[in-house]
Parts: sequence; C-alpha cells; structure tokens
Amino acid sequence: MVEFLTRLFSRKQPSKDIAKDRLKLVLIHDRANCSTQLLEILKTDIIKVISNYMEIDEDGLDIQISTAPSETDGNAVPMLYANIPIKNIRKAQGQ
Amino acid sequence: MSEVIVITSGKGGVGKTTTSANLGTGLAARGKAVVLVDADIGLRNLDVIMGLENRIVYDLVDVVEGNCRLKQALIKDKRFTNMFLLPAAQTRDKNAINPGQMQKLTESLREEFEFVLIDCPAGIEQGFKNAIAGADKAIVVTTPEVSAVRDADRIIGLLEAEDLKNPKLVLNRVKIDMVKRGDMLALEDVTSLLAIDVLGVVPDDESVVVSSNKGEPAVLDDNSKAGQAFRNITSRLIGEDTPFMDLEQKTSIFTKFRKLLKL
Repeated sequence: MVEFLTRLFSRKQPSKDIAKDRLKLVLIHDRANCSTQLLEILKTDIIKVISNYMEIDEDGLDIQISTAPSETDGNAVPMLYANIPIKNIRKAQGQ
Repeated sequence: MSEVIVITSGKGGVGKTTTSANLGTGLAARGKAVVLVDADIGLRNLDVIMGLENRIVYDLVDVVEGNCRLKQALIKDKRFTNMFLLPAAQTRDKNAINPGQMQKLTESLREEFEFVLIDCPAGIEQGFKNAIAGADKAIVVTTPEVSAVRDADRIIGLLEAEDLKNPKLVLNRVKIDMVKRGDMLALEDVTSLLAIDVLGVVPDDESVVVSSNKGEPAVLDDNSKAGQAFRNITSRLIGEDTPFMDLEQKTSIFTKFRKLLKL
C-alpha cells in the first residue's frame, strides 16, 4: 500500500522514457553526420533561392540539423535550423 | 530458390551467434537444407554454440585460399543430416579474405543449400563488409539498450547503402518484468526509433545460457521460452504467418505451486 502511494505521488519518469529521448537525439546526430554533404548542397540552394529576393550575408549563414520539442506531444523531433542574416531586405527588382 | 541471409548487429554481445545457431537449427528441424557460415574470422564461436568444435579440420579461409575443397571444410551437424557448418579460421584475421571471395563462396553454397546463414562479426569494418558481400537479406539483432539500438541504426544505414534493403529486426533479451515497470525499452519504442520491420522478439531466458553450455541450441528445447521465440522466427523465415509470442504469459497457479515446491 505504501509502495502504491509513493508510486502514485512521486511521478518519477520511467527510465525507458529517458532512454528513448536520449536515443532520439543521438540518432538524429548520427544520421545527420552521414549527410554533411547533403547539408552543404542544401545551403547552396537556400542561398540561391533567397538571393533572388533579398541580399543576404553568405558568410554569416548558419544551417544545422538539431531538435526541438514537437508542438503536439512535447517529444523531441528533428528540426532544420537556419540563421540567415539579411544585408538589404529590398533588393532592387529586375536586376 | 535459395536464400543467403546475413545476421548482423554492429554492437558485439547482443546475440548474433546465438540467433544464427538457433535459426539455422530451427530451419534444419523443419527439414530445410541449411549451411551456417561463421564469418567472424579470428574470433570463431559458432562452432562451440553448435557443439561442433571437436570436428573442425578445415575452415573458411582454407576454402578461399584453395587449401581444400568446399565439401571438405563443411562439418555435418550432430543432430541434423541436412545442416552443415563452415567454421571461421581462428588463427587468421579479417583481412585474410575479401568481399569478392565471399561472394563467390556464397554463390557455390547457394547451389547446395536452401538457406545460407552468415554469422557476421561485430563492427563495421572489413569483417562486416565481407559478411554482407554475398547476402540477399539481412537480419539485424539488437537488445533494448541505448548503445545496442544506436549501433543497430548505424548498421541499418550501412546495409541500405550496400543495397541490402528492408533488413528485419530481432529484438533479443527482452526482460518482460522490466518492460512492464517502464525500466526497459519495449518493442514499440525500438521500432518507433528504427524504421525497420520486426521479425521477432526473444525474451531474456536462462535456458539460452544452459543451452550454450551444452552446445545444444535452445530452439530444440520445448520448455524454453526463447526457444519458442526462435521457432516462431524460423516459421516466419519460411513464409508462415506466425503471431508474435505473448511474452506476458501468466504463470498458472499450478506452475507457481510447482516452482514453490521446486519440482
């Protein structure tokens, strides 16, 4: 009975959930490491597309794959992070 | 039609050799012509798990180097006349053979046997590349632990890069009591992390240790739970639709009583 009550009130996270969360992160990193090449190609393409509309700082560009809590259940999900500094927001049209 | 299946895992000690021995024996018990190939050159173990260590004369490297004919190196199993073992060399290393030679070897074995099971060494280097070279299917063995699941994910990626698509998962050494209280990853947790189809779940079972002590695969032990799991996997391998084992089998009052009396 005491055991039941402590279990009821202590709400400790089961260790398998910790294992699962840690694994999610580790696998995202492992999988991303295999595709640094892919990330480079993606970076070039992003620069190409955005440059059509505004002037950006190509050296300050930062793109990486990381994780963020999902909006639905709070579990960690993979996320594409991109920090793209803009030099001039209104690039003259038709140049 | 014959199949060449490699049993792999990345991480060592998760049960590749035990799985190879049990699936091979299970298939032989179902009347299939089977050859087990121990590709773990330098760390030969499949022979002792099968209880055939005293019969080895030639090995895989001897065959590849032409020191003997393939038939001379094949060791007939103690229990089944339709199963053979091709042992690994113990005094050589993984670089003694190359993927091309392995591919040629599996091609000749394919002519004689319905199932060619290859026991892959741990790791992702030369030994792994040799073991998967001639395979058309792969079984990935893992245990419900962070390190083993991580390595399994790496292996799945490498297998797919080598054109071994759709590997199948065997989740080994599941402790059902720990899963129930949330202290061990369950099958669903593992499959949600690894995008892979499940071939079977094997409960952690002392009988596996006992059977390896004796050199008699647990799949032949009717009272072994792990043995039952391996029998189920065997029938899935030969295309039978077999439901997953209920790991949470309630022990009946009678067996509890028997256990109490230590009968």
